[in-house]
Amino acid sequence: MSNLAVETVRTFDTRTEANTPVESPLAYSYRRSGAPAPGADSRVVLRERPFMGHLVLRGGAIVLDDAVREVLGVSLPGEPQGLTLDAEGQRSIQWISPDEWLVIVPGGEEFELEKRLRAALGDAHFAISNIGGGQTLIELEGEAAHELLMKSVVYDVHPSHFPVGKGVTTLFAKTSVVLRRPSESRWELIVRRSFADYTYRWLLDAGEEYAIGVER
Amino acid sequence: MFYIHCPYCGEHREEEEFHPKGQAHIARPQEPESCSDEAWGDYLFFRDNPRGIHHELWVHAVGCRKFFNITRHTVSYAILETYKMGEQPTFTAENPEGRPSVAADPASLREGVRA
Repeated sequence: MSNLAVETVRTFDTRTEANTPVESPLAYSYRRSGAPAPGADSRVVLRERPFMGHLVLRGGAIVLDDAVREVLGVSLPGEPQGLTLDAEGQRSIQWISPDEWLVIVPGGEEFELEKRLRAALGDAHFAISNIGGGQTLIELEGEAAHELLMKSVVYDVHPSHFPVGKGVTTLFAKTSVVLRRPSESRWELIVRRSFADYTYRWLLDAGEEYAIGVER
Repeated sequence: MFYIHCPYCGEHREEEEFHPKGQAHIARPQEPESCSDEAWGDYLFFRDNPRGIHHELWVHAVGCRKFFNITRHTVSYAILETYKMGEQPTFTAENPEGRPSVAADPASLREGVRA
């Protein structure tokens, strides 16, 4: 009866070989609301990074930490609001709750990662969910990015309170968002797919005074 | 702007992120089959409405999504403390000035964070 969880949990790759057309959660927004090109006067640039692999890890910090170190090569952020990136800055793991972490990896890597984590965790008490279809990642970059966020989120985003390597779940306008700061100039918003259009239009409107541009 | 300290996030967060969930420390009868209707009715429906110190269950709904307890004064609305599930309050009706905190039993602390 060893490895009970590994034997009983059914997993499958959500990315198929079939040539199915895919659209980012913002595809509709680009068509309906347009996407102003970034210009010389743009003080903030919006960029969507769709189709990333999003995994939620739940379980005890010590158990997960061992597996994450082994598989991803980075340690689990044990402190609240922690965000850790790998050496290339492509893969990240973020503290969401005392027993929950969000892992974001380049699209296509998530199923292999999930399998390796399941193998490394074995019989431990844990859960891994692939939530890539449910949310998308929007990047804000530029000198006015934090001013734009000050108008949008209830959380204090002043650099003294929100250093690089911090991430929180908070309110953005009328929706919830995972807000994080992987580097000095870049902010990331992880929004629900169903609220992506709302967030996008809010950002275009709030960013108008900074001549917000959208990179596609 | 009104901030509540989330004991799991370890920092003060905007009040909009939280939801109240009613009275805290309600113990379920150990043996529901054999307890009286009155005791079961009290457990299900009847809540305290004190004037003064009240212990409440809150959830950090947009945030870490953990439940925790708040000791609140129903006259002044002051939040006297917030503490994790399984811990005991330091401010009570008997000790309105607060008492030295008692080290919580590690097993009961884990109730709030199932892992």
